[in-house]
Amino acid sequence: MDAFRELILLLASTIRVATPLVLAAIAGLFSERSGLIDLGLEGKMLAAAFASAAVSAVTGSAWLGLGAGIATATALALLIAFACVTHRGNQVVAAMAVNIMVAGLAPALALAWFDQGGQTPQLEGPGQRFLGIAWPGELLARRHPFPGLAYSELLSGHNLIVYFAAALVPASAWVLYRTRFGLRLRAVGENPLAVDTAGISVNALRYQASLISGVLCGVAGTYLSTAASAGFVRDMTAGKGYLALAALIFGKWRPYPTLLACLLFAFADAGAARLQGVALPLVGVIPVQFIIALPYILTILLLAGFVGAAVAPKAIGVPYSKEK
Amino acid sequence: MKARARLPLWAEYGLLPAVNLCAALLISGAVIRLIGESPWEAFKLMVTGAFGAQDSIGYTLFYATDFVFTGLAVAVAFHAGLFNIGGEGQAYIGGLGVGLVCLACGSWSPWIVVPLGIGAGCLFGAAWAFVPAWLQARRGSHIVITTIMSNFIASALMTYLLVNVLIKPGQQSPETREFGAGAVMPAVDAVLGKFGIPFAPSPFNLASLLALAACLAVWVFIWRTRWGYALRVVGQNPRAAVYAGISPERTIIVAMLISGGLAGCLGVNELMGSQHRILLDFPGGAGFVGIAVALMGRNHPLGILAAALLFGALYQGGSELSFDMPHVNRDMVVLIQGLVILFCGAMENVFRAPLAALLGSARRPSPP
Repeated sequence: MDAFRELILLLASTIRVATPLVLAAIAGLFSERSGLIDLGLEGKMLAAAFASAAVSAVTGSAWLGLGAGIATATALALLIAFACVTHRGNQVVAAMAVNIMVAGLAPALALAWFDQGGQTPQLEGPGQRFLGIAWPGELLARRHPFPGLAYSELLSGHNLIVYFAAALVPASAWVLYRTRFGLRLRAVGENPLAVDTAGISVNALRYQASLISGVLCGVAGTYLSTAASAGFVRDMTAGKGYLALAALIFGKWRPYPTLLACLLFAFADAGAARLQGVALPLVGVIPVQFIIALPYILTILLLAGFVGAAVAPKAIGVPYSKEK
Repeated sequence: MKARARLPLWAEYGLLPAVNLCAALLISGAVIRLIGESPWEAFKLMVTGAFGAQDSIGYTLFYATDFVFTGLAVAVAFHAGLFNIGGEGQAYIGGLGVGLVCLACGSWSPWIVVPLGIGAGCLFGAAWAFVPAWLQARRGSHIVITTIMSNFIASALMTYLLVNVLIKPGQQSPETREFGAGAVMPAVDAVLGKFGIPFAPSPFNLASLLALAACLAVWVFIWRTRWGYALRVVGQNPRAAVYAGISPERTIIVAMLISGGLAGCLGVNELMGSQHRILLDFPGGAGFVGIAVALMGRNHPLGILAAALLFGALYQGGSELSFDMPHVNRDMVVLIQGLVILFCGAMENVFRAPLAALLGSARRPSPP
């Protein structure tokens, strides 16, 4: 019984950890499938986390915070697109520039505006955060832990953004594989010349993909600062953008496998917190740092072709110029 | 592809970086104004903070030494067409090599320990770069992704080693014990003192000579040796390299080994020269500053030297700034660093075309 309880709690925290990863990974999915390397997930998320927490702290509305987060992340996505699509700059350099800029700018503005050492104030007021929503019968289910706990912990009690992330995966799979836009998006990532020849603007498609990526990163950042925690702290993305990118590669740039990779990485992360110092049968104590590094090691192994193969969109990272 | 607008050499290496830097500084100034401080005052404070006294000059040069190593590391890989974002991790692991030698042989003569430490730093840094290099060369794995991932792996590995293995017994904070007396890179003020020249104490140490030597060595290597030539050919056109009998695979690996080795030298300056122990996250982002330094220095050792000095001054000036302007601190320098990468790297074409048009029209008046 205790084992069941432990498992359910572990899965529930897996869902919470996975949410920003799923949002960011799907954000990256759209821009990478259009042929843009999306290393900027980290910076866009961090900027959104700051903007949403700051606006929510000032206005008292989490929804306005969400709007600010989305607007900020989208603006940065457009900046990267301006440099890389319009001016054909190096995508990796542009993204690193944004990541580093935000890492400096967000705490600098937080320090200047709120005077709390680079944080935003704690979001404690009503409506300042996205809180868990209890489903009907949740308390009743809790009284019968088996199997009621699964209902009350796994299905019920999450905030809106978690459900949004859950719905996002099938929705993006549908957009990608069942709509005209999705077909064009996939085509522009593989063979932009063909898309251009068909009379469709390569740049417009890539801008659209950047916009989608910006919006989703905005939601992911908002989740971090106004749903998962109560305010912005310095470097609060802590590499989640890169981890999402790893999940995207691990999921071979496809929505459902990417979701699975996010869940796997989140499970490892949630497990690491619980396994600290616990001796497992056969292997003994696993260092937490090893579990933290595991997603990155797995991704490198996958990229090396040792466990399956990850084939990136063919035109990724290559600026498109019409005159060629 | 449309030919890039061509600029005369002085504009390519002088004017364009200056314009880009000005754009970055203007935006940072706007942010400082937004915060409610005077950008001009901040600028003046920063300059005095970086160059106003002997010890602040020492700190500026100390930071600059770090950035020369990481900047050169990025530049060498760039010449081979590789973007090495893993400088941070390579510097971290390189520092492990430096530290292990210093811990093991700290009681020996510095004449032995210092070269050993430098060698170990290069070796460990190069070894850490070897994995992404080999994967790129032989398996075609994207080096940007693998070097980023290896940064995180390096960080996890070092945390594990410092918390569980190397930590000084009976201590809370994850650091090693102090190195022995032999494992110290002499400070510049101490050396000058021996010659009777007084200089205020600072962490500025003789690793800076190593950095200068590295600049020279990189210049000779890239522009005056066969291997450097091979490296540049692979960077420009890997297919042409194959026809010229150059193996891109081997060249990629050599370039990354040198790149990692250079990044690994950071530990010589930081650990042997200043901290005298291994501590958590001692590279402190210097690997990423290297990207800005290499881009601004146009991947040339002289340019890198100048850009490293600039960033050394920004780092030192930025930390002094927060005493007088509590709302402006080193975060602002990180912002400037990001803006420099944006303007010098990603958006260099934005200013290039107008500049070329301007200079072109100045030299050749339009036909009647």
